Amino acid sequence: MTTLEDRSAATEGPGPVAEPAATPEVSFDTSPEAYRHWTLSVDGEVATLTLDVAEDGGIVPGYELKMNSYDLGVDIELHDAVQRIRFEHPEVKAVVVTSAKERMFCAGANIKMLAASPHSWKVNFCKFTNETRNGFEDASAHSGLPFLAAVNGTAAGGGYELALACDQIVLVDDNSSAVSLPEVPLLGVLPGTGGLTRVVDKRGVRRDLADVFSTTAEGIRGERAVQWRLVDASVKARDFPQEVARRAAELAARSTRPGAGAGGVALTPLRRETDGDTTRYEHVRVVLDRNSGTATITVLGPAAVPGTVEELQEQGDAAWLLAATRELDDAVLRLRTNELAIGTWLLRTEGDVATTAAYDEFLLANRGHWLVNETIGFYRRTVKRLDTTSRSLFALIEPGSCFVGALAEIAFAADRQFMLEGIWEDAAEEGREALPPAVIRLDEFNTGLLPMSNDLTRLQVRFLGSAAELAAAEAAVGRDLLAADAAELGLVTSTPDDIDWEDEIRLVVEERASFSPDALTGMEANLRFAGRETPETKVFGRLTAWQNWIFQRPNAAGPEGALRRYGTGKRADYDRKRV
Amino acid sequence: MTTTESTPQSGTVTGDAPRPTGPLSKIDYSERIPNNVNLAGDRKLQRALESWQPKFLDWWKNLGPSIPTHDVYLRTAIAVGRDGWAHFDRVPMEEYRWGIFLAERDPDRTVAFGHHKGEPAWQEVPGEYRSDLRRLIVIQGDTEPASVEQQRHLGMTAPSLYDMRNLFQVNVEEGRHLWAMVYLLQAYFGKDGREEAEELLKRNSGDYDSPRILGAFNEETTDWLSFFMFTYFTDRDGKYQLGTLKESGFDPLARTCEFMLKEEAHHMFVGTTGVQRTVQRTAQLMKEHGTDDIWEYGGIPLSVIQKYLNFQYSVSMDLFGSEVSSNAASYYTAGLKGRWMETRRKDDHLLTDYTMEVPGIESGRMTTRTVPMLNALNLDLRNEYSADCENGVKRWNQELEEAGLEQRLFLPHQGFNRKVGAFAGHHVTPTGEIVDEATWERSVGEYLPTAEDRARVAELMVPHHEPGEFAGWISPPSVGINSLPVEYDYVRF
Ligand SMILES: [Fe+2]
Ligand SMILES: [Fe+2]
Repeated sequence: MTTLEDRSAATEGPGPVAEPAATPEVSFDTSPEAYRHWTLSVDGEVATLTLDVAEDGGIVPGYELKMNSYDLGVDIELHDAVQRIRFEHPEVKAVVVTSAKERMFCAGANIKMLAASPHSWKVNFCKFTNETRNGFEDASAHSGLPFLAAVNGTAAGGGYELALACDQIVLVDDNSSAVSLPEVPLLGVLPGTGGLTRVVDKRGVRRDLADVFSTTAEGIRGERAVQWRLVDASVKARDFPQEVARRAAELAARSTRPGAGAGGVALTPLRRETDGDTTRYEHVRVVLDRNSGTATITVLGPAAVPGTVEELQEQGDAAWLLAATRELDDAVLRLRTNELAIGTWLLRTEGDVATTAAYDEFLLANRGHWLVNETIGFYRRTVKRLDTTSRSLFALIEPGSCFVGALAEIAFAADRQFMLEGIWEDAAEEGREALPPAVIRLDEFNTGLLPMSNDLTRLQVRFLGSAAELAAAEAAVGRDLLAADAAELGLVTSTPDDIDWEDEIRLVVEERASFSPDALTGMEANLRFAGRETPETKVFGRLTAWQNWIFQRPNAAGPEGALRRYGTGKRADYDRKRV
Repeated sequence: MTTTESTPQSGTVTGDAPRPTGPLSKIDYSERIPNNVNLAGDRKLQRALESWQPKFLDWWKNLGPSIPTHDVYLRTAIAVGRDGWAHFDRVPMEEYRWGIFLAERDPDRTVAFGHHKGEPAWQEVPGEYRSDLRRLIVIQGDTEPASVEQQRHLGMTAPSLYDMRNLFQVNVEEGRHLWAMVYLLQAYFGKDGREEAEELLKRNSGDYDSPRILGAFNEETTDWLSFFMFTYFTDRDGKYQLGTLKESGFDPLARTCEFMLKEEAHHMFVGTTGVQRTVQRTAQLMKEHGTDDIWEYGGIPLSVIQKYLNFQYSVSMDLFGSEVSSNAASYYTAGLKGRWMETRRKDDHLLTDYTMEVPGIESGRMTTRTVPMLNALNLDLRNEYSADCENGVKRWNQELEEAGLEQRLFLPHQGFNRKVGAFAGHHVTPTGEIVDEATWERSVGEYLPTAEDRARVAELMVPHHEPGEFAGWISPPSVGINSLPVEYDYVRF
């Protein structure tokens, strides 16, 4: 996802850029009126996303976003736009991604931004951009919303990877515009948003040709790009608009989206109140404890269940699961980006088990409806964000919680599950509500509707080693599982009673805080994704393993490394030993 | 703290257990289990103990002293104050009230050493050190019941009621030390702690399938001379280990160990005087008969006493672990385990810039090498221990001197008969000569008790269970327990 931005200015170069003094707090709030880099236009069944990056619009000061290169701010808009197409524009059946710049589709991630960023920022940035690109493919697969990359200029590095996330790529044939992955030959790093994986895995480019392509800085253009399967079509500039329109219409015709008259749901600004280390949304509460390095994230269950899907539609973005998911997604993104030292997240729910179960039933009964489908899809992507979050996740299943179906997936996304056995014995004495013992209840959300990026359910991954244990857990669907049942089924890690609870949690949190954060991130990622690989797991896994390694190596990041020397006119001086 | 090796002072019946606070449970815990940890108000602890206590009593019945008795004149700790910790009474042993006592809390106490030096002492287990602390407590806890198991048959051959009573006193207090460690596990380590507490009763000394953790605690104590040597040398290792834990940043552990050290002082007393009375008798017989070979006169020859000493000292030295140890370094830096008398040492209590000479053997010669002080803390502790051991030897030699004899007892070289650390794998004689395998095999019978020595000592172990009676191989003590006469019936059947 690195870039060819500003090759003409090769003499000045980024050089050793100082890290930004203080990384500002990142907000993910935006809306089309506020976009600085993208335009979302809808014309009948086709939406067009046009990239026209404002050079002075970097999210952090210190670099210019030349030649349609992007940073996190650009991608936050893209993510928002795709969400809006999904919820606000059910009439849209195909999306065209294109550029407003002359002869430049997109130059990828801004290299000066990368050179100036701390490692953690690069990683968070890559993670988010990957999730956004995966979101294209998710929309195509689960919402019948295909994407077409109208590559009307050069697509380099992250620019080509953006196109690779689309279902089809049309490249303009103007004898100069090319697609390329110049990271290896020019920058000594790898494409960071799944470029290599998608070239061979998704587009089926022959591996030797992919090798040539990935080491050819100027890239491949015209008919050869088509022959190598790097793009689907190479079209003369004068025919380009018509060809794009024709293909978009064709894609739209195959779409399963509801089309005109469906009536979208407006995504209004999130209401978020922050008071010190507590952030409250309507259905989500986040409390930070900086001493222990924890965030307690509590998701509140539904208060009522809509009677009909019309009623759900009327509720708009106030409908419980949509609202709660938006809030949880926002909380996860903000914590990931802004709270690096909060290393352990304690995941809780609060609410009525029966109502939560009824809400799940309502969704399941109406899953054919586009809005229900989109809501479930959004929730699925949000729980996946938890899977790829580099924090220790512990689920706390206590009396008063509602880990049912969809919400129970939050617990299964966690690295460990602690379930309180029995009740809070002293609740009455202490003037608190006497709550019945905690239960977990499984439903269809746990047995297939919310797969992880490896296409397995969290239960399948959990019980990879035993078909019998998986069958036993799946057979427990619909039952209220008390701590002892959950422990017997292997759904929870430990079940302290109220006497031990506080100490157990404190000790496990303190112990976690004493380990190397890097080793934990690596360990957790290794353990979370048991089972088969998919292109999506490869994208994340290889990025984490290879790119992070390369980013730390002197050959890329050292003073003589390619990333640092890029643009200075000096050649990188490599340590020639293969590792 | 200093431990004095004398009879406990002021052993009168005064001082009540502290008044319990908090909601009262159905069971009167302060009566059944004397304590100063507010057991009556601690639901967590009550529940843990309710299931553990019957298992402890079963263990005591099965593996505690095997000779049936009616009652024993015992000291029971019923409070921590000056008066309360030594309450004497005749008690049927199975009704002994094992209690839980921690030394008084100093609210201003800070961690005295290592990385956390100067921070307030921890009142809860820091999660970071949970498993290390649990391990340290389990290892300490495992030694306490082990010695009871090792000594269970000794009552049958007691040389007097006075000695039998001392044996039982040590036994019940080792039982209480087990309680002390179990208290820490149950009060501070949640479910894992409770499981470890049960395991402490499941491992048994010498059990093939489930032995005690440390090797020295799996050897049976066969006779009274080895009991006295064990109590002098091996219990003293325990004293030094407790001394390091008494410095711990984890305050409840520190306070527990501080209190245990008071009782440990009595065990040291039993060992010191036991050997001293044996030597006294031996010296008397040697002088009387003008020979070293006093077997036929019913005494234990001085050379055999030296061999017992050699054995017990060397196996106890092994309990300190390797001279160079990264565990010891990390326990110190973490603030879990200090040095002996840590707070009285005049250095920075961080030790990162200090070094220490560590002995060893290289190409057949005694050498030393310099290692970072932090890594040599086992040796530091062992050196303190060795110096302390010398005191008893001096006292015993006084008996020989007073009898006008030339012979003297001595501590063997630190490299003698070692299975752990720098000297393991070498043969070093008690005087510190390095010898080859063949030489060692030829002369080992002069250094360590032979089967014949042990058999002849065993022959002398004839029970003397009448008040005031003493076996012929040992002199009576000069005073009784708690100012009672030596002839008092300390044990009744
Ligand atoms: Fe002890
Ligand atoms: Fe002892």
